[in-house]
Parts: sequence; structure tokens; C-alpha cells
Amino acid sequence: MAASAAGRIGMPLRSREPGSPGVSRTGILATAFMFVCAIYFLLPAWWLVVSSTKGPSTLYASEGFWFSQLHLASNLTGLFSYDGGIYWHWLVNTVLYAGVGALCATLLASAAGYALAKYEFRGRQLAFSIILGGVLVPGTALALPLYLLLSKVSLTNTYWSVFLPSIVSPFGVYLARVYAAAAIPDELIEAGRIDGASEGRIFRTVALRIMSPALVTMFLFQFVAIWNNFFLPLVMLSNTRLYPVTLGLYTWNNQYGQAPQLVSYVIIGSLISVIPLVIAFLCLQRFWKSGLAAGSVQL
Amino acid sequence: MAVDRQQIPVAGTRPGTRRAAAGQRGRRRGGRAPVMFLAPFGVLFALFFLLPIGYAIYESLLKVRVSGLGLGPGSTATVFAGFSNYSQAFTDPSFQQGVERVLLFGVVQIPVMLVFATILALLLDSVAVRFKRFFRLAFFLPYGIPGVIAAILWSFLYLPGLSPIVAALRSTGFGTVNFLGTSSVLWSIANIVTWEYTGYNMLIIYAGLQAIPADLYEAGRLDGASEWKVATRIKLPMVSSSLVLTAVFSIIGTLQLFSEPQVLRAITSDISSSYTPNLLSYTQAFTANNPNYAAAVAVVLAIGTFILSFGFLRLVQRRGAGA
Repeated sequence: MAASAAGRIGMPLRSREPGSPGVSRTGILATAFMFVCAIYFLLPAWWLVVSSTKGPSTLYASEGFWFSQLHLASNLTGLFSYDGGIYWHWLVNTVLYAGVGALCATLLASAAGYALAKYEFRGRQLAFSIILGGVLVPGTALALPLYLLLSKVSLTNTYWSVFLPSIVSPFGVYLARVYAAAAIPDELIEAGRIDGASEGRIFRTVALRIMSPALVTMFLFQFVAIWNNFFLPLVMLSNTRLYPVTLGLYTWNNQYGQAPQLVSYVIIGSLISVIPLVIAFLCLQRFWKSGLAAGSVQL
Repeated sequence: MAVDRQQIPVAGTRPGTRRAAAGQRGRRRGGRAPVMFLAPFGVLFALFFLLPIGYAIYESLLKVRVSGLGLGPGSTATVFAGFSNYSQAFTDPSFQQGVERVLLFGVVQIPVMLVFATILALLLDSVAVRFKRFFRLAFFLPYGIPGVIAAILWSFLYLPGLSPIVAALRSTGFGTVNFLGTSSVLWSIANIVTWEYTGYNMLIIYAGLQAIPADLYEAGRLDGASEWKVATRIKLPMVSSSLVLTAVFSIIGTLQLFSEPQVLRAITSDISSSYTPNLLSYTQAFTANNPNYAAAVAVVLAIGTFILSFGFLRLVQRRGAGA
């Protein structure tokens, strides 16, 4: 948004000189450098794609960066049928933890951020400071204490033990507050009150709509945070049916000494689990950019 | 806190004076509404953020005392131990080595990654480079892959016998390169982290660059500044807040280093069970069955992270204010 908003509110966007730069020597050098960097970032992913099509024998014996004897179908059936099709469970769990979790986190954080931005009440500053402190305390530092705590109330090894901690997003509250403070005019809230709308209704119909670009950013952030948080499910869960994909593949990766076919399953399982995400990510890139810009100007 | 209000998105509203004038009038109203809005988050935040911190501190002050041979019921008792778990942490060589290791890692990896990300962002923002859309997508792609899976993927690329990289290096005359040796494995981990997060940091910096108004450049160019000067004198200072953000996130992430070494442990014996502070606390809780000590390590780590990232923020802000 920062960039596009700048355009909308009348800041002149940079004009690029047309023509000549493409042929300049520094331009060619810079583009070549960028190509080398692109190879660095893409090659491991390419290896993953290529290797997921290989059978157990060619995986070790053939050129790693090129195809040899397609075994994609047998790898896929193997992946989805191994251990009673547990990979399906992992996929569904991941959607629950990261998808539903990020959705809940976004709603909670937007309400909290809205309250902190648009109301004055005692302890507002204190509440915001504490939440901001929470941004600097990373999830991994909390996983172990959480485990100790939840094991006292026998809540470990349940869906909730991973889900509930995941829907708390202090950074989301911070983003929501920044955005709500800047984007929601007080007159609009006041107008809603004059029309007799309740505070909850104003929030649902006015605030949430205006905040929707920020909500997408918050959702993305929390989705990645949950999806990346490996420590929490690792300490909490022992029932493999409750695992998210990451933890499941990690356990397979540790077992392939006993079951060599697992190498292929880890490879193709990794590929399958990241494809939807990578596509979603690349499509939603502009939301990252805008949200990050909004967050960093305030820092 | 240098805040440029102009850059904050204002989705179709009129910024500025009218709002400021209307300002306070609308605010105090609403009765219990703010509490209702804050409560759901607040309760969960208290339960799953504050309470565990408190509980970890409490646990860290206890100790299991074993009497006799430690057999049978009643031979172990949990007793108040004061700060003994903490003094144990500060004298534990494996904890110290772990801390030194992540600090060394951070001192090298964070600047390398951020300089790399900044260069890529500046190049993407410059007029000279082509295929920008492709590059932006290519650089950002690794961020879509979660840390554990990235670590698993790279572990295959480090593994002799499976890795085409090891094979390629051998066939081009570099001999058998060991990515998993005592001295090299830390940098192999650094490579995984750099691979994953450079594109993400680049995007943060790039977003900052895109938000700089064009007239600033025009002014610089008219004064005869070269591209290099424009980049270092105008662009970089303007995105300093983005750089601070990336640095703070990186510091926090580095001190928490866990999944990458934990994954690589499957294929190398050169990563000990106390390789990083988080690994130590994990091992202490689940293998050594010493949750009290694990809690103390977790508390020290959390406080250390907080102090370092907060201290860094203060440091740059003060310098920014002084300039």
C-alpha cells in the first residue's frame, strides 16, 4: 500500500527513463549478477522437483539436477498410502493449525488493535507496551514454558495445545493498531454512532472493511509464523496423527535409516506441501510489501 | 521515533487537519466497548504468553532433590532452589558454548544476509536491471518453504552420495567437500538461513525504497549525483527504518536457532545436543528430564533476546535522533 497509496494521494511516483538503460554495460552486469543470485535461490527447489520424480535407485545414482526414469506416480501412491495414509492427516492438520489458526489470530488481533487505536481508556498505553514487548519474545522461547504449563493441566498432545497458542499474535495487534489509527477516520465512527449503530456493528461494518488490506497482511504473517513454528508441535505432540506436515516429514527424515523408501517420501512430501503455499505467496506478494512498509515506517 | 505520517496508508480518507480537529471528540465514547474488543485477545495473550513466562520463572526456581539412591516413591522431592539453576546455566560450559555459537553465527550471518538483501533490493529498484518481476519472485520463493523443510532439503544437498553439489565439486577438482564437519556445519546452517530469509528481507527493504518520493532522486540527479551516490546518500538513509526492522527480526531469529541444527543432527554427529541454547533447553527438558534447568535456560534466552533486540532498537533510534 505504501507505494500505491503514495500514488493515490498524489505523491509523484518515480518516472523511469525509457530506452537506453537496458543496453548499458552496468545494466548487463547487474542483470547477470541477478541471474546468478536467482540460480542460488531456485536450484534447491529445482532439485526437489527433479528428485521427487525419481525412484529409489536413480535418486542416488543419477545426475541430481536432471530427470532420469520417471517414478512420480509410484512415489505419490507410496506417499499417500504409507502408514495408513497418515500424510493426509498431516495436510489436514496443517490447514487447521496454520489456516484456521491464522484466521482466528487475525480476527482477535484486529479487534484488539482497533480498540487500542480508536478508544481512550485507562491502561491503554500500558496494554500496548506489554503487547509490543510480546513482539520481541519469539514463539520458540515460549514453547517449552508452555509445555511445562500445559502438562500440569494435561492439555499436551491435543489439537488445542498447538492451536490455542498459535492464535495469539502480538505483531498482528501492532499492525492492526498502526493501520487502524491511520486509516479509520474518527468522523466515520462518530457518524455510525449518530445513526444508532452499536460499537460492535461499527467495528464489523466500518472498521473491518477499511482494515481489510491490513487483515490480509496480518493473516499472511501469522500463517507463516504458525507454519514455521516447528518447536511448538515438536514439544507438544506425541500422537503422530496430530502432527502438522513439517513435524511429520521431520520424523520420517529421522527414520530413513530403517526404511530407505522414506527418503523418496520425504522429498515428494516436501514438494507437495510447499506447492500451494509457494503459489499463494507469490500471488499475495504485494500484501507483504505493503504491510511491511506500513509496519516499518512506524518503528 | 521518526514517523512520516505521509507514508502511512490512508485508504481513501482525507488525511490531515480535519481529522485532527475532530480527533478527541469521538474517542472517549463507547463505554465498555474497548474492553470487549480487547478481552478475547487479552485473555489468550495472558494465558499463552504471560502465564507461561511466569510459570517458567517459577519452575526455574525449583529443583528436584534426590535422596538415597533415588529409587521408590518419596525419594525425590521438588524443593525451592533459588537461583541455583541460573548459576548452573552461567557456569555450564555447554550453555556458554551454545550462546557463543549463536552470537558468532549472528555476527557473521546477519550482516552478510542484510547486505546481500540490500544489494538485491537496490538493484531491483534501479533503472538498469531487467526482468525485475522474475527476479523478485525467484528471490522470494524460498520464504514460502518452511524452515524445517528448507533444512531437510538442504540436508540432502549436503549429504555425500546424494548431493549433486558435492558430486559437482568433486568432479571439478575441489575434492570431497565436507559440509557437515565440525568447523563447516555452522556455516552450512548459516547458508540455509540466508537462503530462506534473504528474499524476505529484500522485500522489506524494497518496499521501503518504493515508497521514497521521486522528486528526491530528481533533486539528487540534478545536482549531478551518480547512481552510487543516489543509492548511498539518498536511498539507504530513507530506508533505515526498514533496515532496522530486518535487523531486529534477524537477531530474534538467530538467538532462537533450533530447527535447522535439529534437522541436520540426523545426518551429522558434529551437532551436539547442546549446539544452540534452544537445543540445550529442549534436551534438558525431554532427554535429561530436567525441566527446571530447561526452564532457567529458556528464561535466560528470552530475556537475552529481549535485551538484545530492544537494545538494538534503542541504539539506532538514539543515533537517528542525534543525527
